[in-house]
Amino acid sequence: MSSQPKSLFEKVWERHIVEDESADRPAVLYIDLHLVHEVTSPQAFSELDARSLKVRRPDRTFATLDHSIPTLGPDAEGNRPYFTPQAKAQVETLERNTAAHGVKLFGWGSENRGVVHVIGPEMGLTQPGYTVVCGDSHTSTHGAFGCIAFGIGTSEVGHVLATQCLAQRKPKTMRITVNGELKPGVSGKDVALAIIQRLGFGGGTGYALEYTGPVIEALDMEGRMTVCNLSIEAGARCGMIAPDQKTVEWLRGRAYVPADYDAAAAEWLKLKSDDGAVFDDEIVIDGSVIEPMATWGTTPDQGGAISKGVPVASNENEVKALNYMGLHGGDSRSVAKVDVVFIGSCTNGRLADLRAAADILRGRKVADGVRMLVVPGSEQVRIDAVAEGLDKVFTDAGAEWRLPGCSMCIAMNGDFVAPGQLAVSTSNRNFEGRQGPGSRTVLASPATAAASAIAGHVVDPRDYLQSA
Amino acid sequence: MSNQEPINTFSSRIAVLPEANIDTDQIIPARFLTTTTKAGLGDVAFNDWRYNADGSKKPDFILNTIDASEHRVLVGGDNFGCGSSREHAPWALTDFGFKAVISTNIADIFKSNSLKNGLLPIVVTPEIHEKLLKNPQQRVTIDLEQNQLSLEDGTVFVFHIEAFARQCLLEGVDAMGWILNRLPSIESYEQKTGKAA
Repeated sequence: MSSQPKSLFEKVWERHIVEDESADRPAVLYIDLHLVHEVTSPQAFSELDARSLKVRRPDRTFATLDHSIPTLGPDAEGNRPYFTPQAKAQVETLERNTAAHGVKLFGWGSENRGVVHVIGPEMGLTQPGYTVVCGDSHTSTHGAFGCIAFGIGTSEVGHVLATQCLAQRKPKTMRITVNGELKPGVSGKDVALAIIQRLGFGGGTGYALEYTGPVIEALDMEGRMTVCNLSIEAGARCGMIAPDQKTVEWLRGRAYVPADYDAAAAEWLKLKSDDGAVFDDEIVIDGSVIEPMATWGTTPDQGGAISKGVPVASNENEVKALNYMGLHGGDSRSVAKVDVVFIGSCTNGRLADLRAAADILRGRKVADGVRMLVVPGSEQVRIDAVAEGLDKVFTDAGAEWRLPGCSMCIAMNGDFVAPGQLAVSTSNRNFEGRQGPGSRTVLASPATAAASAIAGHVVDPRDYLQSA
Repeated sequence: MSNQEPINTFSSRIAVLPEANIDTDQIIPARFLTTTTKAGLGDVAFNDWRYNADGSKKPDFILNTIDASEHRVLVGGDNFGCGSSREHAPWALTDFGFKAVISTNIADIFKSNSLKNGLLPIVVTPEIHEKLLKNPQQRVTIDLEQNQLSLEDGTVFVFHIEAFARQCLLEGVDAMGWILNRLPSIESYEQKTGKAA
């Protein structure tokens, strides 16, 4: 064993090297867990079929339906309201492909179906020290458990299906330390948006991030997942957090965790960056000054504290972004009327997120003219939320309560924001047209989204906190 | 099958989209991702920039003003291809006719996906980028064998493409076939680490 101090990323990376990289060859990296969904897998299965190949490790491959499926239930005859016949055909293609290859599908009728990055951790499929991939850029979410987890394209989905491996170059590493203590009412989403603002939209390109420091340690697992989920929004393919006792307790008892749990957990707790580990880049952020955040532009780094209002544009990009958003520099965030509020997604569709929103909405009403959609991240989240009566809180407030799926985050299932409408969304991307052609998106935390639904404009949720 | 035609040298006029942060939702909006094939996605490349809501073409948008067979090189603003991992983005661009994308920064997953589809992702300095933007009508030559991008004014820029991906493009190596050939190493890794099925 070398005595050279290593980072968490290096430790996990080295354990998965099948063949080392050289000047003219990438490393062959072993993948412990491959998650599959209907949208980015059909062409990969076709590739396997064209070569008469089978999925090599169906025991390490798990599929679900989330991106293009309707979030409204079936009619009396059991017909689901797919947005297009093509969306239905895509779901049926995954059902056929998983059956033909012996891959477990958490599909219609499964109590474990849901957004792929919600169900992986929820079932304990995601475990510390794993490599996790999926044909989805928000695979970085699983890094919250000390995994190297990253999104891949469909060609690579095919490579992993066929070999359980990927050809990869080792990325550079960056440590992001968030010091201090968060103010009450500030969430993991606000921390993530503050980090992205600091790094810039492409600032993490080429890097694997490690988040550390007292603020990260104090976050619950859901908050950590939100932070890691948004790593890609700074351009980084993965972001990770060292496992600790919180990680161990969160995973305990979940369906797929090892039988000898305490022995596994003891190994997981050893996964952390050594003192003196060297990173290619380091940034330090003071967490105590982070306030509830909201974006005002069309990239996730174009955001700021809600209390500071809409900034005056300082360059051409910002002018264009404010124009698209219909916002004016110097205005208070209370000026622009909100049309839609969306709570859900792999970023903020977990039980803790729904609780945060419900705590603010309880006994209150969504403002006139605001459409609010609450979409649980998984069937388990839906079941747990119903057991706590959260669905009732939402519907009493005037919100729509839907079935699990990606829904309005990616807007490919018919859940759209209309052209020109302004949406406050707990999702991950505020790109032009992301939530439907001409839609305008403000990214914020579940608490901010809920408070904004009541106010009818973007507000700091701290004015709406109430004791349960 | 994913084997690509070998690429070495070609000349082409450029098409310029100077906006920064052109994300994959712009390159191909999510509502077109319900396809189960790769065919025909060029028709919806940059759909919402290219067509009005009624389906008519926006006459000023660059992709509506060029001859795709003449303009094989797309020059984008900084941080091109950011956002989602959808390989539909390079599928749409190559189906439209592009063989290379040039920017000052190209997102990791888009770059990886492009290299697997015969679309060259070329990262240039701000100075070279400026020269391309200043003369958007120009013809450039890309020589992958020499890693050279030659501008119309005679400037030659040496670019970097990851060595293995470059070899795959030059020789038409099949990446799936290559990793399938690693199976003996993969099996021995699984045995050694207790990960065998």
